[in-house]
Amino acid sequence: MSDMMDDMDGGEGVVKKFMFVNRKAPHGTVYALEGLEVVLISAAFDQDVSMVFTDDGVYELIKGMNTKGIEVKDFSKTYRALEGYDIEKLYVEKESMDARGLTEDDLIVDVTVLDSGEMASLMAEQDVVISF
Amino acid sequence: MPMVEVAGKSFEVDEEGYLTNLADWTKEIADYLAKEEKVEMSESHWEVVNFLREYYEEYQIAPAVRVLTKAVAKKLGPDKGNNKYLYELFPYGPAKQACKIAGLPKPTGCI
Repeated sequence: MSDMMDDMDGGEGVVKKFMFVNRKAPHGTVYALEGLEVVLISAAFDQDVSMVFTDDGVYELIKGMNTKGIEVKDFSKTYRALEGYDIEKLYVEKESMDARGLTEDDLIVDVTVLDSGEMASLMAEQDVVISF
Repeated sequence: MPMVEVAGKSFEVDEEGYLTNLADWTKEIADYLAKEEKVEMSESHWEVVNFLREYYEEYQIAPAVRVLTKAVAKKLGPDKGNNKYLYELFPYGPAKQACKIAGLPKPTGCI
Protein backbone atom coordinates (compact mmCIF):
# COMPACT_ATOMS: atom_id res chain seq x y z
CA MET A 1 0.00 0.00 0.00
CA SER A 2 2.74 2.42 0.89
CA ASP A 3 4.03 2.26 -2.67
CA MET A 4 0.67 3.22 -3.98
CA MET A 5 0.21 5.99 -1.44
CA ASP A 6 3.36 7.67 -2.63
CA ASP A 7 2.07 7.84 -6.15
CA MET A 8 -0.99 9.65 -4.86
CA ASP A 9 1.00 12.45 -3.27
CA GLY A 10 0.22 15.97 -4.35
CA GLY A 11 -3.55 15.65 -4.02
CA GLU A 12 -5.44 18.46 -2.34
CA GLY A 13 -6.33 16.44 0.74
CA VAL A 14 -8.15 17.66 3.81
CA VAL A 15 -5.83 17.67 6.83
CA LYS A 16 -7.49 16.76 10.10
CA LYS A 17 -6.08 16.62 13.58
CA PHE A 18 -5.85 13.03 14.72
CA MET A 19 -4.90 12.16 18.27
CA PHE A 20 -4.13 8.62 19.29
CA VAL A 21 -4.41 8.09 23.03
CA ASN A 22 -2.49 5.22 24.58
CA ARG A 23 -3.72 4.16 28.00
CA LYS A 24 -2.51 0.62 28.50
CA ALA A 25 0.71 -1.10 29.51
CA PRO A 26 2.62 -2.37 26.44
CA HIS A 27 2.26 -6.11 26.91
CA GLY A 28 -0.57 -8.23 28.22
CA THR A 29 -3.06 -6.79 25.80
CA VAL A 30 -2.62 -6.11 22.12
CA TYR A 31 -3.78 -2.47 22.35
CA ALA A 32 -0.37 -0.79 22.49
CA LEU A 33 1.08 -2.60 19.48
CA GLU A 34 -2.12 -2.29 17.45
CA GLY A 35 -2.31 1.39 18.30
CA LEU A 36 1.27 1.90 17.19
CA GLU A 37 0.62 0.15 13.88
CA VAL A 38 -2.43 2.30 13.23
CA VAL A 39 -0.32 5.40 13.85
CA LEU A 40 2.38 4.20 11.45
CA ILE A 41 -0.23 3.58 8.78
CA SER A 42 -1.89 6.93 9.42
CA ALA A 43 1.42 8.59 8.55
CA ALA A 44 0.83 7.68 4.91
CA PHE A 45 -2.21 9.95 4.73
CA ASP A 46 -0.42 13.24 5.49
CA GLN A 47 -2.63 14.15 8.44
CA ASP A 48 -1.80 16.11 11.57
CA VAL A 49 -1.10 13.19 13.89
CA SER A 50 -0.23 13.29 17.57
CA MET A 51 0.12 10.60 20.21
CA VAL A 52 -0.72 10.81 23.88
CA PHE A 53 0.52 8.48 26.59
CA THR A 54 -1.47 8.49 29.78
CA ASP A 55 -2.34 6.15 32.68
CA ASP A 56 -0.42 2.87 32.22
CA GLY A 57 0.20 3.94 28.61
CA VAL A 58 3.30 5.80 29.81
CA TYR A 59 4.91 2.38 30.35
CA GLU A 60 4.90 1.89 26.57
CA LEU A 61 7.77 4.38 26.33
CA ILE A 62 10.00 2.97 29.06
CA LYS A 63 13.68 2.74 28.15
CA GLY A 64 15.57 -0.53 28.41
CA MET A 65 12.60 -2.87 28.00
CA ASN A 66 13.39 -6.57 28.01
CA THR A 67 10.63 -8.90 26.88
CA LYS A 68 12.66 -12.12 26.65
CA GLY A 69 11.02 -13.61 29.71
CA ILE A 70 7.51 -13.27 28.34
CA GLU A 71 8.49 -14.26 24.80
CA VAL A 72 6.86 -11.39 22.96
CA LYS A 73 8.36 -8.87 20.58
CA ASP A 74 9.82 -5.75 22.17
CA PHE A 75 8.39 -3.01 19.97
CA SER A 76 9.48 -0.15 22.22
CA LYS A 77 12.31 0.67 19.78
CA THR A 78 9.71 1.30 17.11
CA TYR A 79 8.62 4.49 18.87
CA ARG A 80 12.02 5.86 17.87
CA ALA A 81 11.11 5.32 14.22
CA LEU A 82 8.11 7.67 14.50
CA GLU A 83 10.32 10.67 13.75
CA GLY A 84 11.16 9.19 10.35
CA TYR A 85 7.43 8.89 9.72
CA ASP A 86 7.09 12.61 10.52
CA ILE A 87 5.15 11.90 13.68
CA GLU A 88 6.84 14.17 16.14
CA LYS A 89 4.06 15.25 18.47
CA LEU A 90 4.31 12.92 21.43
CA TYR A 91 2.68 13.98 24.69
CA VAL A 92 2.72 12.34 28.09
CA GLU A 93 0.54 13.25 31.03
CA LYS A 94 2.42 14.60 34.02
CA GLU A 95 0.10 13.11 36.64
CA SER A 96 0.47 9.62 35.14
CA MET A 97 4.27 9.98 35.18
CA ASP A 98 4.34 11.26 38.77
CA ALA A 99 2.03 8.50 40.02
CA ARG A 100 4.46 5.92 38.61
CA GLY A 101 7.63 7.65 39.71
CA LEU A 102 8.75 8.27 36.12
CA THR A 103 10.54 11.21 34.57
CA GLU A 104 11.35 12.09 30.95
CA ASP A 105 14.76 10.50 31.44
CA ASP A 106 13.07 7.10 31.78
CA LEU A 107 11.56 7.33 28.30
CA ILE A 108 12.95 6.04 25.00
CA VAL A 109 11.84 9.09 22.96
CA ASP A 110 11.64 12.86 23.43
CA VAL A 111 8.21 13.88 24.63
CA THR A 112 6.29 16.95 25.74
CA VAL A 113 4.95 16.64 29.27
CA LEU A 114 1.53 18.22 29.85
CA ASP A 115 -0.59 18.35 32.99
CA SER A 116 -4.10 16.98 32.75
CA GLY A 117 -5.61 20.43 32.24
CA GLU A 118 -3.33 21.17 29.29
CA MET A 119 -4.00 17.69 27.93
CA ALA A 120 -7.74 18.29 28.11
CA SER A 121 -7.43 21.52 26.09
CA LEU A 122 -5.25 19.80 23.51
CA MET A 123 -7.83 17.01 23.17
CA ALA A 124 -10.60 19.54 22.73
CA GLU A 125 -8.76 20.96 19.68
CA GLN A 126 -8.72 17.63 17.83
CA ASP A 127 -10.98 16.55 14.99
CA VAL A 128 -10.58 12.89 15.84
CA VAL A 129 -9.49 11.23 19.10
CA ILE A 130 -8.91 7.50 19.05
CA SER A 131 -8.20 5.68 22.27
CA PHE A 132 -6.25 2.45 22.67
CA MET B 1 2.78 -22.41 6.42
CA PRO B 2 4.75 -23.17 3.23
CA MET B 3 8.34 -24.30 3.47
CA VAL B 4 11.23 -23.54 1.15
CA GLU B 5 14.45 -25.48 0.89
CA VAL B 6 17.78 -23.70 0.58
CA ALA B 7 21.15 -25.44 0.70
CA GLY B 8 19.61 -28.58 2.17
CA LYS B 9 17.79 -26.80 5.01
CA SER B 10 14.13 -25.90 5.01
CA PHE B 11 12.63 -22.62 6.14
CA GLU B 12 9.14 -21.42 6.82
CA VAL B 13 7.72 -18.57 4.74
CA ASP B 14 4.29 -16.94 4.83
CA GLU B 15 1.72 -17.20 2.05
CA GLU B 16 3.38 -14.30 0.22
CA GLY B 17 6.87 -15.75 0.50
CA TYR B 18 8.19 -13.59 3.35
CA LEU B 19 10.50 -15.39 5.73
CA THR B 20 8.61 -16.20 8.94
CA ASN B 21 11.56 -16.21 11.27
CA LEU B 22 13.95 -13.29 10.92
CA ALA B 23 16.73 -15.23 12.62
CA ASP B 24 16.68 -17.88 9.86
CA TRP B 25 18.06 -15.38 7.35
CA THR B 26 21.36 -16.06 5.59
CA LYS B 27 22.95 -14.70 2.42
CA GLU B 28 21.98 -17.95 0.69
CA ILE B 29 18.35 -17.43 1.61
CA ALA B 30 18.58 -13.85 0.37
CA ASP B 31 19.90 -15.14 -2.96
CA TYR B 32 17.05 -17.64 -3.13
CA LEU B 33 14.40 -15.01 -2.32
CA ALA B 34 15.95 -12.63 -4.83
CA LYS B 35 15.75 -15.29 -7.52
CA GLU B 36 12.07 -15.81 -6.68
CA GLU B 37 11.59 -12.05 -7.14
CA LYS B 38 13.61 -12.14 -10.39
CA VAL B 39 16.10 -9.69 -8.94
CA GLU B 40 19.75 -10.18 -9.79
CA MET B 41 21.67 -9.15 -6.71
CA SER B 42 24.47 -6.63 -7.31
CA GLU B 43 26.51 -4.76 -4.77
CA SER B 44 23.98 -1.92 -4.94
CA HIS B 45 21.17 -4.35 -4.12
CA TRP B 46 23.10 -5.71 -1.17
CA GLU B 47 23.70 -2.21 0.11
CA VAL B 48 19.95 -1.61 0.33
CA VAL B 49 19.23 -5.05 1.76
CA ASN B 50 21.89 -4.63 4.42
CA PHE B 51 20.59 -1.16 5.16
CA LEU B 52 17.11 -2.59 5.72
CA ARG B 53 18.44 -5.22 8.10
CA GLU B 54 20.17 -2.49 10.09
CA TYR B 55 17.00 -0.42 10.08
CA TYR B 56 15.02 -3.36 11.40
CA GLU B 57 17.60 -4.09 14.04
CA GLU B 58 17.35 -0.51 15.26
CA TYR B 59 13.60 0.07 15.04
CA GLN B 60 12.04 -3.42 14.92
CA ILE B 61 9.93 -2.60 11.88
CA ALA B 62 10.21 -2.71 8.12
CA PRO B 63 9.89 0.89 6.93
CA ALA B 64 7.28 2.20 4.51
CA VAL B 65 8.83 3.10 1.16
CA ARG B 66 8.66 6.85 1.81
CA VAL B 67 10.50 6.38 5.09
CA LEU B 68 13.02 4.01 3.53
CA THR B 69 13.81 6.49 0.77
CA LYS B 70 14.40 9.26 3.28
CA ALA B 71 16.52 7.08 5.53
CA VAL B 72 18.64 5.85 2.60
CA ALA B 73 19.19 9.46 1.50
CA LYS B 74 20.41 10.31 4.97
CA LYS B 75 22.75 7.34 5.24
CA LEU B 76 23.93 6.72 1.66
CA GLY B 77 23.35 10.10 0.03
CA PRO B 78 20.62 11.69 -2.10
CA ASP B 79 21.80 9.98 -5.31
CA LYS B 80 20.67 6.67 -3.74
CA GLY B 81 17.85 7.91 -1.53
CA ASN B 82 15.37 8.57 -4.30
CA ASN B 83 12.54 6.65 -5.92
CA LYS B 84 14.21 6.34 -9.31
CA TYR B 85 17.35 4.66 -7.98
CA LEU B 86 15.49 2.35 -5.62
CA TYR B 87 12.83 1.31 -8.13
CA GLU B 88 15.52 0.56 -10.70
CA LEU B 89 17.03 -1.90 -8.24
CA PHE B 90 13.68 -3.28 -7.05
CA PRO B 91 11.09 -2.70 -9.80
CA TYR B 92 8.15 -4.10 -7.82
CA GLY B 93 8.67 -1.73 -4.92
CA PRO B 94 11.85 -1.26 -2.89
CA ALA B 95 10.08 -1.66 0.44
CA LYS B 96 8.25 -4.80 -0.60
CA GLN B 97 10.92 -6.61 -2.62
CA ALA B 98 13.98 -5.50 -0.70
CA CYS B 99 12.30 -6.29 2.62
CA LYS B 100 11.44 -9.76 1.41
CA ILE B 101 15.01 -10.41 0.30
CA ALA B 102 16.29 -9.02 3.61
CA GLY B 103 14.13 -11.55 5.43
CA LEU B 104 11.99 -8.88 7.08
CA PRO B 105 8.23 -8.94 7.44
CA LYS B 106 6.12 -7.00 4.97
CA PRO B 107 6.26 -3.27 5.77
CA THR B 108 3.48 -2.04 8.03
CA GLY B 109 0.85 -0.36 5.93
CA CYS B 110 1.46 -2.55 2.89
CA ILE B 111 -1.73 -4.42 2.09
